[in-house]
Amino acid sequence: MDIKPITVEELNKYIKNKIDGDEFLNNVYVKGEISNFKLHYTGHMYFTLKDEKSLIKCIMFKSYAGYLNFTPKDGMKVCVLGSVSVFERDGVYQIYVKAMKEDGIGSLYEKYEKLKSKLEEEGLFNKEHKKKIPMFPETIGVLTSSTGAVIRDIINVGTRRNPNVHIRLIPVPVQGPGAEKDIIRGIKEFNEKKLADVIILGRGGGSLEDLWPFNEESLAYAIYESEIPIISAVGHETDFTIADFVADLRAPTPSAAAELAVPNIEDVKYTISTYENRYKTSLKRKIQLMNLRYEKCMARRVFKEPMQKINEKYILIDNLVKKLNSNINNVLNKAKLKLSQNATKIDALSPMKIIARGYTISEINGKIIKTAHEINVGDTIELKYIDGNVKANVMEKTKNENK
Amino acid sequence: MKEEINFEDAMEKLEKIADELESEDLSLDESVKKFEDGMELSKKCNEILQNAEKKITVLINGEEKDFSVDNE
Repeated sequence: MDIKPITVEELNKYIKNKIDGDEFLNNVYVKGEISNFKLHYTGHMYFTLKDEKSLIKCIMFKSYAGYLNFTPKDGMKVCVLGSVSVFERDGVYQIYVKAMKEDGIGSLYEKYEKLKSKLEEEGLFNKEHKKKIPMFPETIGVLTSSTGAVIRDIINVGTRRNPNVHIRLIPVPVQGPGAEKDIIRGIKEFNEKKLADVIILGRGGGSLEDLWPFNEESLAYAIYESEIPIISAVGHETDFTIADFVADLRAPTPSAAAELAVPNIEDVKYTISTYENRYKTSLKRKIQLMNLRYEKCMARRVFKEPMQKINEKYILIDNLVKKLNSNINNVLNKAKLKLSQNATKIDALSPMKIIARGYTISEINGKIIKTAHEINVGDTIELKYIDGNVKANVMEKTKNENK
Repeated sequence: MKEEINFEDAMEKLEKIADELESEDLSLDESVKKFEDGMELSKKCNEILQNAEKKITVLINGEEKDFSVDNE
């Protein structure tokens, strides 16, 4: 045999060159299911992509893996973008993945919808749980990036409305995988140390992928559990995130959030001054009313001519005395008449009158004798006449037959 | 500088006093008392507004510093 053998290394190198030179294999977009997923401590990801009939090894280096906005797991359906090449040492070809997304255009949206209905069912969006935004918060806590328009808008609007407001920013990343963890930490820090009276959670608009940290379940719970009221200002007008639904108040833009959080100090001062005016007016009115009552009172006759009433009473008394006098006289005269009438009557019945007519009264020892029965023969009786008395001895006594 | 009264409660009380003063059935003595209470409270509210201090701060790793958007 004069055919010269080549080494394994040479063969693999040859195959690698063939494959690397293929334009199609340099840029493949492949869908499949992840299995045997391993995250190496170096940050590189190793896994197999498979479908029902076939499989291929994949590797995603840390430099690319860092951009993932989800954590790949076994069983997950994904699309990967990369190039096919050969790992010469092992003689295997594999996909060197540069980007990966969850399969299906709607998958992120589906996830959002699913989480939204789950949290809604759990009551995280309930109106009754929403905390009231304080009327005059002294310190506005802000969770957003320290650069960019959001914090600038909030400071501009906030200080314009109240030049003395205290705005306290905890800078957090607002996009990219894991951003929600920093946001949650920020919410907890504000709460634990009571560093704010109200919190604005803000970021500008973006794609669903950009806004994804605000759709994370863990952030939803952190917002729900925050004791400090949270105003969310994520996205612009139309992009609603889960955070917007859980927050105590949703502002369409970060500027609007600042308006909701910071009261216009001139308005507040005006409100206070209207109260002062109301106090002054009502007290003035009360005093005027009292004055009026006093004047009305003093204008009455009793105060103007105090003797009038008394004089009137005197007249009344005089009249009464007159009436009393005449009444008494009346009664007296009647009584006098009656007396004289009675006196005549009594006079007619007087025993003296009877004696005058010729009758006598007989007495024994001062006791008037009315019947013969009381007298015994030999008694001394006294007889009274109109002109004198006579003592006589009883000589005889006879009885009337019928007595 | 930290006031004992809560601004929100104070505003509510201001409103209540105004309503009471405007009702007819307070005696003059009571009215004067309410008036004084109300004016005192509004003074306190104004003080809270005045005494607040403008501060824009940034908190990083528990350390607070002044923050300015201009020095990005």
